[in-house]
Amino acid sequence: MTDHAPDRSALPTPSGPYPPTEEMLAEPVPEEVQAAQAERLRAAWATPKGFRYITAVNNTEVGKWYCMTALCFMLLAGVMALLIRAQLAVPENELISADRFNQLFTMHGSAMMFLFAVPLFEAISILLLPGMLGARDMPFPRLSAFGYWCFLIGGIFVIGSIFFDAAPRAGWFMYPPLATKDEGPGSDIWLLGLSFIEVASIAAAVELIVGTLKCRPPGMRVNIMPLYAWYVMVVGGMILFAFPPLIAGDFLFELERSFDWPFFDPERGGDPMLWQHLFWIFGHPEVYIIFLPSIAIAAMIIPTVARRPIVGYSWIVLSAVGTGFLSFGLWVHHMFTTGLPTISLGFFSAASEAVVIPTGVQIFAFLATLMVGRVKMTLPMLWIAGALAIFTMGGLTGVMLALAPFDFQAHDTYFVVAHLHYTLFGGMVFPVIAGVYYFFPFIQKKKLSERLGRWAFWLIFSGFNLTFLPMHLTGLWGMPRRIYTYPTGLGWDGLNLISTVGAFIIAAGFAVFVWDLVRPKHRQPQIARNPWEAGTLEWTHDVPEEAWGVRSIPHVTSRYPLWDDPKMQARIDAGRYYLPDAAEGRRETLVTSVIDAEPIQVQRVTGPAWITHMAAGFTGGAFIFPTFHWYPPAIICAALAVCCIIYWLWTSTARVPEAPSKDAGLGLTLPTYASGPASVGWWAMWITMLGDATAFASLVFGFFFYWTSQADFPPEGAMHAEAWLVGLAAVGLSVSWALTVGARELNRRWAVGAARACLALAPLAAAGGAAALMLSVWELQPSSHVYPAVLWALAIWITVHAGAGVIMQLYCLAGSVFGKLTPPYDADIWNVSLFWHFQVLAALVTCAVMGLAPGVL
Amino acid sequence: MSSRQRDRGHHWLLGPAGVKLAGFLTLALVSGCGKEQSALDAAGVDAVAVRNIFLVTLVGACILWLLVNGAFYTLTRLRTGPVDPKFVRPLLIGGGIVAPTVLLVALLVWALSLLPDQRAPGDGLQVRVTGEQWWWRVEYWPDGAEAPVVTANEIRLPAGQRTEFLLGADQVIHSFWIPSLGGKMDMFPGKETRVSLHPERPGRYRGQCAEFCGVSHAWMAFAAVVMPEEAFDAWLEHEAGDAVAPESAEAMRGEALFRSEGCGACHAVRGTEAVGQVGPDLTHVGSRETLGAGRLGATLEDFERWIAHTGELKPEVKMPTYEHLGEEEIADLAAYLKGLK
Repeated sequence: MTDHAPDRSALPTPSGPYPPTEEMLAEPVPEEVQAAQAERLRAAWATPKGFRYITAVNNTEVGKWYCMTALCFMLLAGVMALLIRAQLAVPENELISADRFNQLFTMHGSAMMFLFAVPLFEAISILLLPGMLGARDMPFPRLSAFGYWCFLIGGIFVIGSIFFDAAPRAGWFMYPPLATKDEGPGSDIWLLGLSFIEVASIAAAVELIVGTLKCRPPGMRVNIMPLYAWYVMVVGGMILFAFPPLIAGDFLFELERSFDWPFFDPERGGDPMLWQHLFWIFGHPEVYIIFLPSIAIAAMIIPTVARRPIVGYSWIVLSAVGTGFLSFGLWVHHMFTTGLPTISLGFFSAASEAVVIPTGVQIFAFLATLMVGRVKMTLPMLWIAGALAIFTMGGLTGVMLALAPFDFQAHDTYFVVAHLHYTLFGGMVFPVIAGVYYFFPFIQKKKLSERLGRWAFWLIFSGFNLTFLPMHLTGLWGMPRRIYTYPTGLGWDGLNLISTVGAFIIAAGFAVFVWDLVRPKHRQPQIARNPWEAGTLEWTHDVPEEAWGVRSIPHVTSRYPLWDDPKMQARIDAGRYYLPDAAEGRRETLVTSVIDAEPIQVQRVTGPAWITHMAAGFTGGAFIFPTFHWYPPAIICAALAVCCIIYWLWTSTARVPEAPSKDAGLGLTLPTYASGPASVGWWAMWITMLGDATAFASLVFGFFFYWTSQADFPPEGAMHAEAWLVGLAAVGLSVSWALTVGARELNRRWAVGAARACLALAPLAAAGGAAALMLSVWELQPSSHVYPAVLWALAIWITVHAGAGVIMQLYCLAGSVFGKLTPPYDADIWNVSLFWHFQVLAALVTCAVMGLAPGVL
Repeated sequence: MSSRQRDRGHHWLLGPAGVKLAGFLTLALVSGCGKEQSALDAAGVDAVAVRNIFLVTLVGACILWLLVNGAFYTLTRLRTGPVDPKFVRPLLIGGGIVAPTVLLVALLVWALSLLPDQRAPGDGLQVRVTGEQWWWRVEYWPDGAEAPVVTANEIRLPAGQRTEFLLGADQVIHSFWIPSLGGKMDMFPGKETRVSLHPERPGRYRGQCAEFCGVSHAWMAFAAVVMPEEAFDAWLEHEAGDAVAPESAEAMRGEALFRSEGCGACHAVRGTEAVGQVGPDLTHVGSRETLGAGRLGATLEDFERWIAHTGELKPEVKMPTYEHLGEEEIADLAAYLKGLK
């Protein structure tokens, strides 16, 4: 070991005056310097032209594609709804066959949820968030692009199945045994196609959280960031904890479908209720994942309309966080009629009602803002008014449904159909359209038509109520959901006909809205800057549009900087603030500290690339081929996807910079490289692993769920995992972890050779441990009973993760050998050892469950 | 101003006409005349309790909706100037926290107090119902009985007492629901769930499967008949007996066809050699109110239609369509089955 000082003292720390003083900001920038800077920035951020346009990764482009794609899926799912309504217009209708109808309603729900509502949140956030935070781009632009291409491929695959009469048909919550026993590829398309998209959703959530935490402008402490950013954090966090249980469920479900492992088959110890729990632990937070971003849009529009800051900022933030937490404790209200104990029903009834309180606080804070402000009614506000009228109604029927005895009657009827559409239209569709009218000038620098907007509003609003208001009664008069037809004489005929007429009026409204969006606007003048006179940073963007986002990154000291600092706009434009230049012609954004947003690093961000398309395509193949049980091409695709991702990471992330620090403007010199907790990559790994750990916890939950719900788990005389091999696995994986962490510490202390030795040995230990784990269950027959099946599932989970861990260790080893990973520039090994922290924890839990359970249970 | 308000005190909505209108609306909503599957046309203790919850919460919901949206309308359209900020905190705390907490606690206490009733054990009679794709296997277990009375696709209950249902399913999840009598309960393969119902008013109601269970989920229904206690006892005694022998020539030809077509491989007709267990028990099918699990009525024509067009009437049903039979043969079969009173 050399005598170099420990730690990363070789990396420079920020130096120079901070925060900037008024004199510094008042100093003019010479015109020719401004022009030259602008020229260099423009070149660095130029959007590729021609067919290369699709290689763009900038948030404004990817965000636009994402939004338009989600809109297309929504329109398709809407057409399915029209077909459903047409079939139900009259009793004993023969327009659509029963099987086709079942595919239609399954796909309508699945597409609206997975291909529209959740991705649209991510799309809008990718599009808007950097603007609101005065950032140039998201921290990982290529990850956004990768997520988008995954979404596009997966979405087309899933929704396309309806044209081949092969769509899933067991309802959007895919209850086994109906869905597990279903013949044909429908269920597999749902499971694998949507898992693929969920992985992309989690990627987007990671990026949005890191963007909010680390890419705010200097000075924007967490308590002054725009409310939208708070909601992004809350919703991102919810995605992180809500989607993994579903992914774990999908994993078990697909193992049952493909290999007949009986996780949900009661004849072999399985239990269909496990799926219901896992699905709704995802499914209920999902409702709030959809609803909160829309509230966030309202929270941006309302202060502008009221022309004063939002009232009760901290109340709203606390309520949003509270809603997020509570939403994870309500899932059982989707299962009130499954015969759970009365005590559970009471608890979940109360918890479900409790969510009214944070929701109410948010709505009343908006009312209070309007009350103390000087309201100037605008078209977006009309949509917000519609949203409130519809959403409060959905909320109030929700209060009824949360009462378990009432739910016994209303559950699975058209009352619930009406309720959920009221909450989703009021809580999502209307606020989002309000947001489209509000933010369209930000996105396209043109306004949408006031007249068409009003037409669309009144058509959709009246059509909506005509469709769904009568459905409450239809449901109470006994009509169950998901029936493809019904006999006459039960009082449902007239109500259904009214609903069908209403549905077509909604469709007409959407036609007007979509026309307004896509109609040519060449002759329309561009807007003036900040047309709504809003107070937040996104409205500082240039008109006409510049791809750089913000000309220079301002120092922010208030919640509505444009209202409070009238000089800010001119100073941003003059390049008076941070990062006004792209001296090396590369894309850069500013990384700041998590709480106080003190500038800590100038981060290179990635530019246009094809590798993201290849990675997305191969990842798609790895998910799509198994739906047809074509495993060899799937395995090849998975391997190629891994190669693409390694190439992408190697060539564009955590590169050793040309200079250790650079001038960030206003006299501040910032490092160009960060590793460990200071870097965005480390945070991304943390957040990803939280999601991954949640999925793993769901599997362990499954194990203990069987133990509590089944009398014979593990069954009498069952074979158990070989204990000594389980012990060996625990040792092997722990050694691998220790070697990884050791390598990090040795490397940091300039003992590069020893670090490489550790990195060479660690994969061997991991491989040995994983092999021992697989061998410990090798003799067990997973298709015979759920007990061996669940042990196998755990062993596979750990082994696959160990495989990923080995690749990471070898990546670091190669990095060390080829000069990408050096003692000061060690971000990669920090991230990899973080991965291994989680992996060793999961491995030890697994070994404990497998090795100790037989003795304890 | 105030005198004018007093003059207008008898606003039509509050006057006699308004009362009549409100009364009419309530009636229209609740009565559901001729709606045999309506949760609002409550004919049992449990359904009445839920209907009352609904009516009370409905009135409350209307008031709250008007308050919130009225406030929004006032603030954005009528009184757009700034209001003194001292009202903000009372609005947030009162509207966001205090009012909902008080209302919700009261509502929860009331609604949850009804839970034990709906889970109460019955007064003796137990009915075991198994959900099949897409029909109902029904067994009556009177108090102390050693063997059940087996039937299918119809539930008969004595009025004025609580009957407990033991629910199960064969392949997939179903849900057992008679809206006029009370809430639903899911039926699982490999697990027993229970619900109890306390019907009050004799009459004919309709039940239907409420959990999506495959292609013909829409056609999985049944008639639920509530009878005075003595009538029920008499019915059950008859139901326990064997099938009556056919009398007319037609019916006898039908019986022969029933045998030669192999119907007995799937269906049981007690007292004959037909002992199949795959499909519904047909011992007294002629006395049931519906056919094909609520798919059709129970006239002779309905029997003919069912036999000749099974697959059309109920897509992907396991029973084959006997379209190869001639019209007369189908009529004979129908006569035989209709005669199984």
